[in-house]
Amino acid sequence: MMPGWDWLTRAKYTGGFMLRVLLKAAILFAIINLLFALTNPIPALGMISIYNLLSPGRLRLPYGESESSYNLSLYDLNAMFASHTLNGRHNPDEAAVLVMGDSAVWGMLLENKDTLASCLDSRALSVDGRPARFYNIGYPTLSAAKDLLLLDRAMEYQPDLILWLVTLENMPRREQLATPLAQNNAAAMRDLIAAYDLDLDASDPRFVDLDFIGRTLIGQRRALADWWRLQLYAFPWAQTGIDQVIGDYTPRSNDFDEDATWYELAGAEQLDDTTLAFDVLNAGIARAGNVPVMMINEPIFVADGVNSDIRYNFWYPRWAYDRYRELMREHADAEGWTYLDLWDAVPPDEFTDSPVHLTPEGTQMLCGQIAEALP
Amino acid sequence: MDLAQIAVMLAAAALYLMILPARWRGWALMIGSVVAIYWLQPSLAIRWLDYALPTAILAITMLGWYFTLPQDVKPMRADIAAFTVTILIVLTLSLTRYIDVPLQLTTRPPPLETVAAALAALLLGGVLLRRFLPPKALLWLAMIGLIVLFGVVKTPALAQEAARLLRLNAGQDSTLAAGSELAWLGFSYVAFRLIQTIRDRQSGILPALSLSEYLTFIVFAPAFTAGPIARAENFTESFRALPGMTGRDAQRITVGLSRIAAGMFKKFVIADSLAAFSLSPVLAEQAQTTGSLWVMLYAYGFRLFFDFSGYTDIAIGLGILFGILLPENFDRPYLKNNITTFWQSWHKSLSDWVRFYVYSPLSRSMLRRKPKPSNYVIIFISTAATMVVIGLWHEVAIPFLIWGVWHAGGLFTHKVWSDKTRAWYRGLTAGRKRIWTAAGVLITLQFVMLGWVWFAMPTVNQALAVFAGLFGLNLGGAP
Repeated sequence: MMPGWDWLTRAKYTGGFMLRVLLKAAILFAIINLLFALTNPIPALGMISIYNLLSPGRLRLPYGESESSYNLSLYDLNAMFASHTLNGRHNPDEAAVLVMGDSAVWGMLLENKDTLASCLDSRALSVDGRPARFYNIGYPTLSAAKDLLLLDRAMEYQPDLILWLVTLENMPRREQLATPLAQNNAAAMRDLIAAYDLDLDASDPRFVDLDFIGRTLIGQRRALADWWRLQLYAFPWAQTGIDQVIGDYTPRSNDFDEDATWYELAGAEQLDDTTLAFDVLNAGIARAGNVPVMMINEPIFVADGVNSDIRYNFWYPRWAYDRYRELMREHADAEGWTYLDLWDAVPPDEFTDSPVHLTPEGTQMLCGQIAEALP
Repeated sequence: MDLAQIAVMLAAAALYLMILPARWRGWALMIGSVVAIYWLQPSLAIRWLDYALPTAILAITMLGWYFTLPQDVKPMRADIAAFTVTILIVLTLSLTRYIDVPLQLTTRPPPLETVAAALAALLLGGVLLRRFLPPKALLWLAMIGLIVLFGVVKTPALAQEAARLLRLNAGQDSTLAAGSELAWLGFSYVAFRLIQTIRDRQSGILPALSLSEYLTFIVFAPAFTAGPIARAENFTESFRALPGMTGRDAQRITVGLSRIAAGMFKKFVIADSLAAFSLSPVLAEQAQTTGSLWVMLYAYGFRLFFDFSGYTDIAIGLGILFGILLPENFDRPYLKNNITTFWQSWHKSLSDWVRFYVYSPLSRSMLRRKPKPSNYVIIFISTAATMVVIGLWHEVAIPFLIWGVWHAGGLFTHKVWSDKTRAWYRGLTAGRKRIWTAAGVLITLQFVMLGWVWFAMPTVNQALAVFAGLFGLNLGGAP
């Protein structure tokens, strides 16, 4: 009667059988949810990855919400790093250089071949006499604490050098925990706050703390689905090399309102260690330990339009950015950072849709300056 | 059907089995299916259309029943009741134009008087046609009308023109018209079921059907969107047995739920996962290597199978719960060792339909010709016509036409091959037969997979570019 389904129709089922099946299914379901909540297998699951096994690793961390880019944003750091080519690193003779920072480093509006890390990689550079391989662990969203979180995780790969690109917009203390990646990795972030005595609120209400239901299989279904989707995207990633759809964009503004405020601050004296998170940068350097860190102030767009005498660009009033550069220099000198200030290294025409996103040509210029400064 | 719709149907099945008095089951299926076709129809950009299309299905279905009713048979009281109930549902739904109800089944319907006038005109037209046209002519007219309507819906250029006219009629910008706006859910299956009843009436094999039986057969909710295409006599047999069916039958419920679970796993886990890297015009253009294209192609072929057979399992499972035995549609098609058995196990209800209503009549008519063409000519022409109909059933477009011819070529080649090698094959040892069988499975699978290129690509040029890429030529040159 039902070809191929004889196994199903041959047996005789009774009401008791159905009840037993329902009961067993309910018990099994409850046990799985309970176990899930007690053991939290998501981080362990995250380490299982098709990438670097059946498909090449990603050249940058997964980020994005467009199906046509075969990419997605998720919060599971293990899964994110397991999908990265850094996780497939197996040449002990190479010097691994981590390139970290915001969307400018990740390569917003840039193909993988045009990112800063790819550019540096293509130059066949050496670090400490060994051929250098550059890994892009930049991640969009502006927060030095988010960078610290990623660095903390990336240190497991035993890098040989770290290039950390920052800009003023990464630094406001009150914005450090505004990024979803930091909020959804509450435990790791709190550990970092405690370990490095960061002046960030460990009880910040923006942290996502899962209750019991949230830790069950039902509660974690989104995290599971994200992990599964990331694995599925391994195939189109391998087949196409696409992880970002680069379409038309609105160019960064060149004209501004007559507004000299920055995060409601209006004077250089208000910018200091209480308003800017220099302790997070210090924590990053401490976390790197013996691994040298080169701190780089990334290039910004310098406008020449209306009110450009009071603002460099849409993000920064001149007073704020100038003061930030002074403070960065002071901290670098005081803490002994290796510091490179490349704020004006790229001409205005080479910025795309934001004060820090570069064109491929702009990236080449930045890349050249960094390459020259490498130890 | 999405997960929510399946959940609603499961809940309806639970109420149907546990609470509903047995004598009301037939009515419940009819009323439920009539309401469901409005609920399942996605909303459309053209004003009133997502109300008008299901209404049109009900109207042509009722006309189909009326036209296929033997001349000497008058509608019974039960038929008039079914007609009245259906019309009342249609009119009641149109009232949602005037009142806000929490569960809107359609977007804002047209005014009540417009619906009533359109239904009255259709009814009057149907009565006049049946009264003044000879029965044979009436049936031919109905069939031609259906085929023309099918052609309009399935031909992109005609569908666009129809959308343009509908937009003009609705006072909307006709320059925005697109063929996709005529997304008439379930019509492909409805049209083939209706044609089937007309042909069966012409051949004198259509069983006597009440309006509620006929209506439920045509629009049975679980099979409305993706088949399978049942035969009226089989459907009616189940339908008439509904009052005697045991509601709380553990066997029925277990088998039904198991099929639904299997179908959901196939569709929502396997097929939807494969969709991430299945061949598509965009992915084909982005593919960087020949190997990538092969992965995409095989992913597409398996996705198609798991998607479609998953839906079929869900439909069959729901049918079992409601007491209607729907035909099987798939029987491990990718494990068949020749293209003929593949087509006996892939979308079986459609291929059976086409074999019954296209292949057999065509080959019979050629057999009667004098001089009789050679057997191979008859087989070739009948097979080609059959497969072209299957291709164009999906969409009237050149790639689907080529896909039909592709399979016709395969079927004919296999027929010739098996005729010529039968004696040789019988003489093989069991071991060698197994090797040939395995080779047959691989060759058939490869042939079918390559055929899907025509299915997946919207234009011939894109399909040719994919073929070139698959064989290491012109990669990245897809238009």
